[in-house]
Amino acid sequence: MDTETLSRIQFAATIAFHYFYPPISIGLGLMLVFMEGLYLKMGEKVWHQMAHFWTRIFGLVFAMGTATGIVMEFQFGTNWATYSRFVGDVFGSALASEGIFAFMLEAGFLSILLFGWNRVSKKTHFFATCMVCLGAHFSAIWIVVANSWMQTPAGFHLEIRGERFPANYPLRVEDIPHARAVIEDFWAMVFNPSSVDRLTHTVLGAWLTGAFLVASVSSYFFLRRRHLEIARRGLRLALPFAAVVSLLQFLSAHSTAKGVAANQPAKLAAMEGVYKTEAAAPLTAIGWVDEKNERTIGLKLPGMLSFLAHGKMESPVKGLKEFPPQDRPKVQPVFQLFHLMVACAFAMAGLAFVGTALLFQDRLFSPNFAPSRWLLLALVPAVLLPHIAGQAGWFVAELGRQPWIVYGLLRTSQGFSEVVSANQVLTSLILFSMVYALLFALFIYLLNRKIHHGPDEDHLPKHDGGIPARANA
Amino acid sequence: MPSASQLSQVFGLPLYLDLSAFWFVLVGILFVGYAVLDGFDLGAGTLHLLARSDHDRRLILNAIGPIWDGNEVWLVTGGGALFAAFPLVYASLFSGLYLPCMVLLLALIFRAVAIEFRSKEPWKWWRNFWDLSFCLSSTAVGFLLGVILGNLAQGLPLDAQGNIRIGFFELLTPYPVLVGLLTVVLFTMHGANYLILKLEGPLAEQARFWAQNAIIAFIILYAMVTGYTLLYLPHLAAPFRAFPFLNVLPLITLFVIANIPRELNQHRPMFSFLSSCGAIVMLLLLFGVGMFPNLVYAIPPGPLNLTIHNACSTTKTLSIMLLIAFIGMPIVAAYTISIYYIFRGKVKLDSTSY
Repeated sequence: MDTETLSRIQFAATIAFHYFYPPISIGLGLMLVFMEGLYLKMGEKVWHQMAHFWTRIFGLVFAMGTATGIVMEFQFGTNWATYSRFVGDVFGSALASEGIFAFMLEAGFLSILLFGWNRVSKKTHFFATCMVCLGAHFSAIWIVVANSWMQTPAGFHLEIRGERFPANYPLRVEDIPHARAVIEDFWAMVFNPSSVDRLTHTVLGAWLTGAFLVASVSSYFFLRRRHLEIARRGLRLALPFAAVVSLLQFLSAHSTAKGVAANQPAKLAAMEGVYKTEAAAPLTAIGWVDEKNERTIGLKLPGMLSFLAHGKMESPVKGLKEFPPQDRPKVQPVFQLFHLMVACAFAMAGLAFVGTALLFQDRLFSPNFAPSRWLLLALVPAVLLPHIAGQAGWFVAELGRQPWIVYGLLRTSQGFSEVVSANQVLTSLILFSMVYALLFALFIYLLNRKIHHGPDEDHLPKHDGGIPARANA
Repeated sequence: MPSASQLSQVFGLPLYLDLSAFWFVLVGILFVGYAVLDGFDLGAGTLHLLARSDHDRRLILNAIGPIWDGNEVWLVTGGGALFAAFPLVYASLFSGLYLPCMVLLLALIFRAVAIEFRSKEPWKWWRNFWDLSFCLSSTAVGFLLGVILGNLAQGLPLDAQGNIRIGFFELLTPYPVLVGLLTVVLFTMHGANYLILKLEGPLAEQARFWAQNAIIAFIILYAMVTGYTLLYLPHLAAPFRAFPFLNVLPLITLFVIANIPRELNQHRPMFSFLSSCGAIVMLLLLFGVGMFPNLVYAIPPGPLNLTIHNACSTTKTLSIMLLIAFIGMPIVAAYTISIYYIFRGKVKLDSTSY
């Protein structure tokens, strides 16, 4: 394999591995703010115990997120030098803002969150938790802004050999080493056509990740008859929140998809496997792309894609045949991963709504009501759903942008580091794979242990309806 | 790219006093901040194995426990600022030094998880493994950073596109290796001084002993690096010949370094720690003066050097970033100081400790 392919694999592998952690930091960070806020307001010890328990898990996740995140920051330079030279003027300021506003805030106040329980007052601790949560959200802002600029570049012009060219000037291959995108309007860059939609979509996804993590562990505790009060409160907090967020996520998804239809029609066509431009384009609920014969077979809902993308059943949706073959993304993976994400979204919404309904009927915790038991059983593995949806969604976003590294401007095949040999990338790729596999195994092992250990309940008042909480294993 | 003279006309400032020079200083401050802050926790990592008992090792780990993560962010922010202000340096350097950068990243990963995982299980093999990882990765980070700095100063084979083509072992020539060793010893000495502040009793005495030995090794290596620089890297000494008043800087450096053993002997750990902070600041200041306005020297040093003018972003980006830095830096400084204040005093183990 060549340097480009190996660099792409390495980038995909390291970012996918990294992206396991930030959504938890963002989502669980918000859950921690809720828990500690409720503790401050209500003064009930149980909220404090919950916050304490989840903080320990947050710490573990955060450490993994930082460790794997540093790799991402330097990989633009190591593996994508031509790209870095091209976008540095635009992209760099977003990355630097991330460092100064987000990472510093997160890492600084994290120490109080983790180690400050006995050193600062309750209110200061709550403040630190809010700052960590804010920092986590800021980090999402800047990186999604930078990535959105790669999807829908705006607010810049081109500079080739020091001369100014308009943004839509077609770059020739020989120009590329001497070309760069130059910032013209900072706010137009930040609020490029896709950044608000994609940021909302990413953050809501992260909130779902946090909510489902809390719901999953709480269900597990409840089913095992352990830490019952904490389990109940966890579900009471997480399920209605997840229900509201999954509803918002559908709205955000719709808005994001409309943006893709307007700005990246080739991506939308790949997401739905549309080859022929047609009016009243159908939405394929489930299907298979026949790339050879350029068609998609499956269960189709007539006119729905046109309706969702353009608001009218009759509006035509641009098909892939409108794009020369060298400008098309790979259709099958984009199509399937997109549908996987949507399926996960429906599953999450379903679980969250049924759970909330049972909760409001006061039946979720009645031990003899079978549907409640089934729901709680389903919630335990459901912790994986937001992760699958998040990973699949990002793969759709990034694979759907291909063959471009900066949409319509610079091709991925033109962005990698020429001086790095395929062997060097292969070496680093093997090293990363081995280390990440080891770390992931250890992370899961320790996470599992922390969950089994559960919250420290030494001081928990005994109001658990007579069912004694089992001693910590 | 706006040349220095164009910018000088715009701002009515003398040559070099332009935005890109300002960003040379700001990126410098971020990396100095990183070296001073993460320097002591990397040094503590190097010393970690010298403490024999599990309890002592946990004390060392928890002495840096609440702050190492925040310290490391200075490197991330410095990297981001380098990308934004001097994208050509960021791209050329990290792609040209591919394998050392990858080893550096792996070392940083291992170090982070070693700190996080070590005390989670009581098994001896488990703790020994992470203790060893912590020590080796901390040492490797210091060494590799030194090797990279040494190569920047000595010069790298840059072509007209700004590409660096060099093999891994060609980077390990005597000068970069010496600078790498110097960095390790410097951080070790710095870390020992920090540990004296945070530890009590016999372990603090041990840390003082480590500091005293490290300072001797540091002074020997420092003399070697200085001698080598003066003999073989005349371009680094050029600014000092051109502007003789700059020679006050190496003099101050010597005084600050000499003050470390003095304060150690007078049992004033706060002052010896501050002196070793000062030593790091001064050494990097000397390095910065020797490099300015270059960021990477070519071989031979000349027109192919990457400088603050041919490698920088546009004035627009640099001014936007300046605004970001002016808003962000005071906030960062304020909460960094308050967090160090909250975790002041001798380290005690409790339920939240590593």
